[in-house]
Amino acid sequence: MKLTLLALAAVAALGTAGMAQAAPIKVGVAAEPYPPFSSPDASGKWSGWEIDLMNAICADQKLDCVVTPVAWDGIIPALTSGQIDMIMSSMSITAEREKVIDFSDKYYVTPAALVVAKDSSIAATVDGLKGKVIGVQVSTTNEAYAKKFYGKTSTIKEYQTQDEVNQDMAAGRIDADLADQFTLEAFLDSADGKACCKSLGALPYDNETLGTGIGAGLRKSDTELKAKINKGIADIRANGTYDAITKKYFNFNIYGG
Amino acid sequence: MIALIRPMLKPHRMIMLAIGVALVLYCALSLRWDWVPHYWNDGLIQRGIWTTVWILAVTWGVGLVMAVGLGFAQAAGPWWLSYPAFGFCSVIRGTPLLLQLWMLYYGLGSLFPHYPWIRQSAAWTYLREAWPYAVVSLTISFAGYEGEVLRGAFLGVPKGQLESARAFGMSRWTLFHRIWLPQALYRALPTLGGETVLQLKATPLIATITVVDIYQVSSRVRQDTYLTYEPLLMLAVTYMAITGLIVLAFRWAERRIPSKVA
Amino acid sequence: MLDSLSALFAPDGPLGLLALSPPGWGGNLLLGLWHSMQIAVGAYALGLSIGIVGAYGKLYGNEVVRDIFSLYTTVVRAVPELILILILYYAGTDMINQVLLGAGFDRWAPSRLLIGTVVLGVVMGAYMTEVLRGAILAVPQGQIEAARAYGMSPLLLARRITFPQMMMNAIGGMANLWLNATKDTALLAVIGLNELTLTTKQAAGTTKAFMLFFIAAMVIYMIVSVVSGRVFAAIERWARKGQPKLGGGGV
Repeated sequence: MKLTLLALAAVAALGTAGMAQAAPIKVGVAAEPYPPFSSPDASGKWSGWEIDLMNAICADQKLDCVVTPVAWDGIIPALTSGQIDMIMSSMSITAEREKVIDFSDKYYVTPAALVVAKDSSIAATVDGLKGKVIGVQVSTTNEAYAKKFYGKTSTIKEYQTQDEVNQDMAAGRIDADLADQFTLEAFLDSADGKACCKSLGALPYDNETLGTGIGAGLRKSDTELKAKINKGIADIRANGTYDAITKKYFNFNIYGG
Repeated sequence: MIALIRPMLKPHRMIMLAIGVALVLYCALSLRWDWVPHYWNDGLIQRGIWTTVWILAVTWGVGLVMAVGLGFAQAAGPWWLSYPAFGFCSVIRGTPLLLQLWMLYYGLGSLFPHYPWIRQSAAWTYLREAWPYAVVSLTISFAGYEGEVLRGAFLGVPKGQLESARAFGMSRWTLFHRIWLPQALYRALPTLGGETVLQLKATPLIATITVVDIYQVSSRVRQDTYLTYEPLLMLAVTYMAITGLIVLAFRWAERRIPSKVA
Repeated sequence: MLDSLSALFAPDGPLGLLALSPPGWGGNLLLGLWHSMQIAVGAYALGLSIGIVGAYGKLYGNEVVRDIFSLYTTVVRAVPELILILILYYAGTDMINQVLLGAGFDRWAPSRLLIGTVVLGVVMGAYMTEVLRGAILAVPQGQIEAARAYGMSPLLLARRITFPQMMMNAIGGMANLWLNATKDTALLAVIGLNELTLTTKQAAGTTKAFMLFFIAAMVIYMIVSVVSGRVFAAIERWARKGQPKLGGGGV
């Protein structure tokens, strides 16, 4: 099965190398608001830091890229089955995922952070969270992190989208919201977040679950596209476009060391 | 046993059977199933099936009781009962269950921050869980659909029966629970079997509001193992098995009914 | 009247978020509805075609045809639509692509609108087969025999006798299936297709006006349902003309 797949992929790579440029590259993003990285506006257009970054990379490499919203929990099958050609949806590069798909170089790094209700006295430790309900988005690094450190002592509740976790945090159905720090800060800046919650700050980084940064997900066979995306990331890092885009959304460095 | 085997002996059926066996063998041998023992020993698969089954059973039972009221109100109630019942059934049947479910869970949830006393109330233990919303939503959905079915069934009971029961001097209650209701239920029984399968098929939607049913378990497997087809195949087989049991149960119930419906 | 209506939908009005042009999400919701309707109509048409073939196949086909259609209707009606959608969405395109790539063609990525339509159409077809089969069975056998005795060709018989009477019997079930088609499009939200239900959720999630958008979507679905109900009632009256009125008992 694997071998035939590889053989087919090789045939495809040979047969279509010339045509690949013609078809637009479908870039999958999770079909949910994930501010400030990607969210739909009232006209149905997608915007945000990651969308701007994608446009910059594609412009630099003269690729024709279109945003294609897909369900987060099926985003990897969508890539491997050919519904989309690339994932740019704040996906962390982890060893587990690298068994199935390939990643570009990282384009930002985010630690996991914890948000709790304003009046709560929960501490961001294993003991502090004992018996509490922690909400996470399914199949994210944060879910893996929560399970590894709090799985035995706390209840981990899984949601399809981060937006739903935040929504239930505001509703008070969960005691803590564990997610990427930058998107949690955007949540705390919103009216709902301001009214309900406070941040307990970033959690200690764990390479095994959180991975080595966030990159674009690619099919293992698409080595050519991977080289282009890596070149694009390096180019916009070097020519200042990356920093210009980042300044629009953040007042600090999100690329990491 | 022979009665089961003989129809399969026709050549085309044997070929179909052989293709089926080959497919099953292919799936069993070339796809990955090593995750099954892990999730079975965890008890996750069993818990998922149990959640699906109990939610189906509870919403079926409560929904049917509500449906008797809704159907009877529409068939024989005064206007101030039949109009609201008709409106309720129309809205439930006219809008997608997924939307009703999200409205109940996320819509209501969005109101909680504005009313802090809700979190102090006794109901909060349930309001913060997901399953009560699943149960309520599936119950009213089943009630809405079956209310319509039973309306027709109540109207379909022959007038003569009701008139002769009255002539016998039966009280209204006796007439209802001895004549009208049983006859309506008998008439609705074949439809009810199909509708129960539809209700089973609606249950996986509750996974979208974080209830851990068998569908949610399979998505978890899908996400843990990055396998696409195997968990979905397991799901399809599980639902087909439950459907089979429902169909058998209704066949048994239909056979047990003594009287022929005119 | 018009003034107060436009004030209602002004950016700071109570329904401003539903205005047709940004910053209102109304236009986006209608686009979602447009997608839902496209899928529903396509799926219904496909389902009807499958249903006609299936019903005739199940009734008049040879044993092999009958068994194949029985298998199809049994499996499709036993597995939740949501799971069929996921299986056909991932496995279907994957299989087509493996064949295409194997034959040296380019990868084919059909639009999700198309996939959604085909999947729902296949589901619809199974139910339609049963509805139409029942409707054909309800055509009195004597009429068919009489037509045959008159020497009508099978085609003429189908056109003059079976089809009109079958339509009359089938229209109620077909109306139900159309309503199911419009509602089942909501399931495609789960694969991230921006039809009405998913658009509603995105709008609600972005603006945090959950109740407003959910109620708006409910109203839109209700309008679709009521209008379709009217249309099908009119068709049914037309199909039943000259027939004795349907009447139940009751008091």
